[in-house]
Amino acid sequence: MSYFRDVGALARKDLLLELRARDTLPAMLLFVASVFVVFHFALPASPSRLATIGLLWVAILFTALLGLGRAFVPEREQRTMDGLVLTPCDRSAIWLAKSLATLAFLAAAEVVALPLYAVFFHPIGGATVAAVVLADIGICAVGTFLGAMAVATRARDLLLPLLFLPLAIPIVVGAVGASVAASPARYLGFLVLYDALFAVVCWASFEYVVAE
Amino acid sequence: MWSPSSPAAATIPDVGRTARIPLPALAAASLVLVTTALVLVFFVAPTDANQGFSQRIFYFHVSIAITAYACFAGAAWKAFRYLSKRDPRADLESYVCVHQGVIFGTLVLLTGSIWAKISWGRWWLWSSDQLVLFLVLFLFYCAYFMLRFSLDPGPQRANLSAVYALFGVVLIPVSFAAIRLAKDIIHPVVFTLHGPNFGGWILVTYCVAQVAMLILAYTLYRVELAGKLLDGRLRELSEVLA
Amino acid sequence: MLIARRLGRRYGEKRVLRGINLELPSGGFLVVTGANGSGKTTLLRICAGLAQPTEGTIERSVLRAQVGYLGHEPLVYRELTAFENLELYGRLYRVAERGERIGMLLERFGLWDVRHERVASYSRGMTQRLALCRVLLHEPELLVLDEPYSALDEAGAELLDAQLAELRGERTFLLATHEPARLEPFATGRLALAA
Repeated sequence: MSYFRDVGALARKDLLLELRARDTLPAMLLFVASVFVVFHFALPASPSRLATIGLLWVAILFTALLGLGRAFVPEREQRTMDGLVLTPCDRSAIWLAKSLATLAFLAAAEVVALPLYAVFFHPIGGATVAAVVLADIGICAVGTFLGAMAVATRARDLLLPLLFLPLAIPIVVGAVGASVAASPARYLGFLVLYDALFAVVCWASFEYVVAE
Repeated sequence: MWSPSSPAAATIPDVGRTARIPLPALAAASLVLVTTALVLVFFVAPTDANQGFSQRIFYFHVSIAITAYACFAGAAWKAFRYLSKRDPRADLESYVCVHQGVIFGTLVLLTGSIWAKISWGRWWLWSSDQLVLFLVLFLFYCAYFMLRFSLDPGPQRANLSAVYALFGVVLIPVSFAAIRLAKDIIHPVVFTLHGPNFGGWILVTYCVAQVAMLILAYTLYRVELAGKLLDGRLRELSEVLA
Repeated sequence: MLIARRLGRRYGEKRVLRGINLELPSGGFLVVTGANGSGKTTLLRICAGLAQPTEGTIERSVLRAQVGYLGHEPLVYRELTAFENLELYGRLYRVAERGERIGMLLERFGLWDVRHERVASYSRGMTQRLALCRVLLHEPELLVLDEPYSALDEAGAELLDAQLAELRGERTFLLATHEPARLEPFATGRLALAA
């Protein structure tokens, strides 16, 4: 139980930091709106529902990357990761807390992005919303983990998309499939499988990412 | 004067002599097996009724693909050993496995592309599960190198590389499932890369080709590993002398 | 409490530490000196458990929760207040009677009045004082301090002197410093690192 208290304390810290800095969430909102406008000009006249759903997921993925790139910035710039690692808390709690905080930001961005998409392009069904929820979990779990890895390197921001995109391909398949297929249950089930599998792997191996 | 028994020499880690197959024997075996495989593939195996001569590349395409999977699995195994034992040599072995895996993976993409061009007239087939999977893995393991090269050598680089290599083996089945699922929403299955029906000389040829590729990969792995260990040893020596 | 044998650490091609032996008994006070680049910070990080040696061994008979580390960075979040920072660490270290202890430390180090202001607005001396609060918050058995006086103002330095005098003997200290003379009255052991 103390594990979840640690996660709570850390997640609270992350949310507080973002509320004070107020840069990541507005950037994500502005980014996703701009990307939609770019899509309009990039697509041929009256694009099909299928084409725009695919672009919705591209937009979500890259907006998430924007947020994920910022996730460990305080820990990196102020070296506070050392401070966290010194405490007796489980290393994986750091990852879980950061994932939950990032999930909150991504969800907040989508609360605006999805209605915006519905207004600009096509209405969204329940299956798409379910896919968004499940995909977000996978994106934040894996993305936060890789963000911690990228932050330790010289290349940093350059590296995160390279590490993240191959692992994100199954998420895109599941999410787009759930959004367009006649029977979304299979794709949603696949997303659940992905989330469960990678969450466990991330949880188990995060201590090696922060150890020096 | 530096001598092998001086105290300074005691700090140099021994490369390690294990009961392993000597490298020259391996190299010879690779040469023999690959030559045999080539002979079998081009002269002995029967021509496929549907696809003709071009189908012969299939023997190499599949055997190289299996070999690449074996390299990635080996890399993950060594990565696991590194994380549990902290043996720096396991990290080096994991890296060399990934390197070999990427080399053979590139060959899979090349042979698959050639076969697609000869058989279907197109350089790339999104409908081929195998090719698409290898493309995803290729991207993933190339990112491995980017990760590794943007870190200074040391425990942290080894840790992160090992974790990433483990992610890789989890990704392989997940990606495969994803690609299969994607088929239904992307486009109907039109072209496929089918293997021949196994039997007789076809089976023999395939098995020889597979063993040849595995031995070749292992030989290259040993060569590269020996080279890297030698580099490390030279570095240690130069430090002791400095 | 701390025993290091033939400790070494390299970063890439660079050898930062080589062949370090040290023994720090419980209640001891070890002062580490050396020029910049001699590896003091690396040695202290290894002793605190933040880094692993690449050669040699280190044995520590304390748990991670019983170690307090002060590095070159204060390890506090600039966008949080002093109070929020100590609250976070207090929770993570499971400090008993967290509120009282935080209040007591803030007051002792003269930060009570600014406790609800963001650390970004503090002076360097104040930030270092907050870092000291963080180190002492969970009453660690082993205190690893890397040049603690360097960022402190005069008032802070006096507070630190008082704190060291109070805790010496009860706790174990490992300090790196550029002014060994200041710590001479406390030291039970000395280690000089060559560059």
